[in-house]
Amino acid sequence: MDTILFHFGLTPTTSLLRMTFFYHFGRYLMMMRQMLRRPENGRMYWEETVRQMSSIGLGSVGIVAFVAVFMGGVSAVQTVYQLVAPYISLTVVGSIVTNSSILELGPTITSLVLAGKIGSNIASELGYMRSSEQIDALEIMGVNPVAYLVGPKMVACLTMIPLLVITSISMSILGGMVICQLTGLITYDQFIEGARSSFLAYDVFFAMCKAVTFAFFISSVSAYHGYHVQGGALEVGRASTKAVVYCCVLILLGDYVLAQLLL
Amino acid sequence: MIRLQGISKRFGDKAVLEDIHATFLPGKVNMVIGASGSGKSVLMKTMVGLVKPDAGHLYYQNLELGEMDMEQRNELRQKIGMLFQSAALFDSLTVQDNLLFPLRMFHPTPSAEMLTRVAYCLERVGLAGTEKLFPSELSGGMKKRVGIARAIVLKPKFLFCDEPNSGLDPKTSIRIDHLIQDITSEFQITTIVNTHDMNSVLECGEHIIFLNKGRKTWEGDRDLILQSDNEPLNELVYASRFLQQFREKAS
Repeated sequence: MDTILFHFGLTPTTSLLRMTFFYHFGRYLMMMRQMLRRPENGRMYWEETVRQMSSIGLGSVGIVAFVAVFMGGVSAVQTVYQLVAPYISLTVVGSIVTNSSILELGPTITSLVLAGKIGSNIASELGYMRSSEQIDALEIMGVNPVAYLVGPKMVACLTMIPLLVITSISMSILGGMVICQLTGLITYDQFIEGARSSFLAYDVFFAMCKAVTFAFFISSVSAYHGYHVQGGALEVGRASTKAVVYCCVLILLGDYVLAQLLL
Repeated sequence: MIRLQGISKRFGDKAVLEDIHATFLPGKVNMVIGASGSGKSVLMKTMVGLVKPDAGHLYYQNLELGEMDMEQRNELRQKIGMLFQSAALFDSLTVQDNLLFPLRMFHPTPSAEMLTRVAYCLERVGLAGTEKLFPSELSGGMKKRVGIARAIVLKPKFLFCDEPNSGLDPKTSIRIDHLIQDITSEFQITTIVNTHDMNSVLECGEHIIFLNKGRKTWEGDRDLILQSDNEPLNELVYASRFLQQFREKAS
């Protein structure tokens, strides 16, 4: 066997890694396919979706706003610190804070924060349901557990995370502006002038593309890890950690790929 | 009626079930007994369709499970009630909502009608008044009884109970056994109970099959079990020193 693998340029270790990757990727695709079956009762699915939207969306507004305000404030202070030259207009601070909030800080940092909060929550919730036989109970009742448990969470993430990213961008710009005014770095007017001078609607479209892509990663990858837990509390914890790590890696990779493709 | 014909299942190199033949009749408490690791839970998961057998046929009435399409399978699943070892109640829902869940999902009728059915099922298991409690507020025995109430809320034709007495005191265990027995005869359900609790077996084992290392090695009822000459079965039945002494005196 090893000779055959070597013939194709594969060592046993690399082939094993590839096999593991394809095994998980195949199982992930099968889970996605299973989710697309017709719901047994549309109303129940809708109610669950609304419940998840409330939990994921409203439950994350506080942390997203808090992180965003400080992100904007810090980026404003650091921009002023780096641009201490008399020939550079201070309005450029507003421009840099706004652009970095829309292009990077808003969608990417918020998604990383949400991967930790929502991703671990989804993985541990599904993992616990699996280990306590609640998923088996649903299946025996005749409910499609993937569609009922994962579907609403994905729909909720795909709708609420872009809204949370918009909130984050707004709060980040606001945070930068307030910090600039309070610390006397530049005035509101100077900040707004800079922000408006470089604003492009396309940047917002780009941010939304990132938000939707990252929302898909966060919901589906975390659900996959939680849904396939085998074992008890230890495995649920491991699945939760794995979900967050994989989501963060995918967000960073996706960030680079989207920047290359769309900018 | 449920009929098993040559059911076998392997996990890797290990044969968990080997050529199991059995027939479970309605209106009777059918028990599957055996030591831990004998294949009882895998057999039950195979019967409810959570595990696919490697060989053999499984008939519900006269329909073969493996040949059913998705629609038939979903229809059958609505006729199955299952009580899990851990009760498997939905933690985020109240007792009432746990029972309402299958009703709302599959038989959405006017709210009052569903609530009446829920109230009846809870009263049937002796838990009237617990509607607004969450599973975390219930004791182990109460959780099992809510599990039974949820299992019968859709008026099932088949009831599966996976170790219904595990973790319960003897008095509560007997109460759960009587409840299962009463429900079975009252609604003429085909009930299958997995257990290794000898009190339960002697209390309500109307039809018993014994699994030893994945094989069915004995079949009978609670009267015959005490006279069996099957050595592995006797090791299970007379596991305690007290019963061993009792057996020696009797013989």
